[in-house]
Amino acid sequence: MSLMAKDVSFVARGRHLLRDISLALAPGEVLAILGPNGAGKSTLLRVLAGEYQPAKGCVMQNGQDISSLSALNLAQRRAVMPQAASMTFPFGVRDVVALGRAPFRKISTRQLDQKLVAGAIAVADINHLADRPYPALSGGEKQRVHLARALVQIWGMGGFDVTSDAVHDPQCGSDRFLLLDEPTAGLDVSHQHALLAVARREAHDNNVGVLMILHDFNQVTAYADRVAVLQSGEIVAQGEVADVMQPDLLSAVFKSPIRAIDDPKGGHVLVSQAV
Amino acid sequence: MKTVKLMASSLRQFGPVRRPVVVLVLMMLVLASAVLISLGIGGAPIASGDVLAHLAHRIGISGIGIDAFDARVLDTLRLPRILRAIVIGGGLGLAGAVMQSLFRNPIADPGIIGVSASAALGAVAMIVAGHIILGSFYTVIGPYGVPVAAFGGAVIATAVIRVLSRQDGQTDAAIMLLIGVAINAMAFAGVGVFTYMADDAQLRSLTFWQMGALAGNGPTDMPAMIIMTLGIVYLLTLGTPLNLFLLGEAEARHLGVEVEHLKRRATVATALVVGAAVAVSGIIGFVGLVAPHLVRLVTGPDNRYVLPASAICGAIMLTGADAVARIIVLPAELPIGLVTGIVGGPFFLGLLMREKKRRRL
Repeated sequence: MSLMAKDVSFVARGRHLLRDISLALAPGEVLAILGPNGAGKSTLLRVLAGEYQPAKGCVMQNGQDISSLSALNLAQRRAVMPQAASMTFPFGVRDVVALGRAPFRKISTRQLDQKLVAGAIAVADINHLADRPYPALSGGEKQRVHLARALVQIWGMGGFDVTSDAVHDPQCGSDRFLLLDEPTAGLDVSHQHALLAVARREAHDNNVGVLMILHDFNQVTAYADRVAVLQSGEIVAQGEVADVMQPDLLSAVFKSPIRAIDDPKGGHVLVSQAV
Repeated sequence: MKTVKLMASSLRQFGPVRRPVVVLVLMMLVLASAVLISLGIGGAPIASGDVLAHLAHRIGISGIGIDAFDARVLDTLRLPRILRAIVIGGGLGLAGAVMQSLFRNPIADPGIIGVSASAALGAVAMIVAGHIILGSFYTVIGPYGVPVAAFGGAVIATAVIRVLSRQDGQTDAAIMLLIGVAINAMAFAGVGVFTYMADDAQLRSLTFWQMGALAGNGPTDMPAMIIMTLGIVYLLTLGTPLNLFLLGEAEARHLGVEVEHLKRRATVATALVVGAAVAVSGIIGFVGLVAPHLVRLVTGPDNRYVLPASAICGAIMLTGADAVARIIVLPAELPIGLVTGIVGGPFFLGLLMREKKRRRL
């Protein structure tokens, strides 16, 4: 089972933002989406999340067309970390994270919720912010709060070392997906790596399908298993990271000279050249 | 030792819920005492003890009644009035809290998006032009005409706002708020036109619709009161979805809220509540705006508590304002909308100033 786009096109005001996109996100893998500004990366993520209806084609989650599933049904198996989320009213950080438990409010227990929220707060490294009002945080801190919120949602009824006291939900066996829209934007370098490591661990250890929009080539090669390169609403390359992340292809897509330089510690790094 | 630890941990576990729940219980007590005091004061003062004794007698706890005159004052005048104050105040406070979350805007309230004004326009149109348009039918519908017109005004305004703000099957909350503001201006202009056309007798009843009064229209208020109660019960269930809504519409959807359903149901339910409230009492401003803000200072922004607390707070505010309105210019009474404006306005300003100072720190 997977999260799959089949020949998806998306049109807004007569413009094709996505054209015949076919893409599959399998559980347990990290798929990076790469592409220049305006290539349709966020639009693709929104279509996969069920937020936008494709004009043509369909999106299947675990074998079902997502347009036939309820928002709640989708939310129990798929979490989205948005680029920016506003909140005018002064909710505390812990309360914002706890909102991620909302899809499970009818089946979860208070104990499980509290345990997962505390776990996610620790993973996102926002323990010291937990009792602060959310609107008072900086942009990068807010990003980490939303990471924690997405985590408690994707952990669902199991996941993070849950003991036998968890209510068993028959749905938690099916595959789960985490969609991250430029998750590293606004984060300092150590938190970027921390976040990417969390995302990778969710994929490899918890069998979550992780899709993330990234801009840094080296983060793609270091953290993703597969990558899809988007240009003007079309996928120009898709496959294993080592195959796709070639200087020639990237230079052409980004219209900027990109070189691979040998790293003394092994492998190579991709660098872009000053104009 | 182990039991102590266990107790401590179970206390901590309930820690986050306890404070707002305590606040809700305290607010219920305040409301109860406000009702008790308000029942006692007015043109004919009745001691609180007598009020209690009468209430106990009415629900069958105590066999002894009180002075027949006092009993009649309570039964026919003050109790129905207090009941209206509680339901209308609760409905307005709750409608304000729901709208502020729905529009993710702290200044949203039923007054601002034109629902109240459109209800008043309906009522005013019926008072001034009803006998011309409906002819002999006007006397048939009799006392129901004006409340029904007020109610219709609110529902039509909401429908117009929703239709105009729809685009590609979605509604944008910010556009919806602005359209509401435009509807509000047009409705008030309409009220002005009818006021200009009205004769002296009609002008007196028009004043009632514009300044608010809890005197009521006798048994014809019953349908409106029932609609308000049902609307209140429904709106109280929206706490968690509205919390998610505060994150943004896309995020609410990602977290499992059917966003368009929620918007449709919540706006229709608030329109029903507000329309029914205006049908009974005319426009009573400020309660819908102030009650939720007051409540958030104490409970925090969590809608699971803000919604019920705003309803109780609105009920307290109207009960108190009604007591003031009844005694301040004895033997006459002040329109209650004036009291909520005169007392509520400066009070709200003071709150804002305090908040402003606090946020700068």
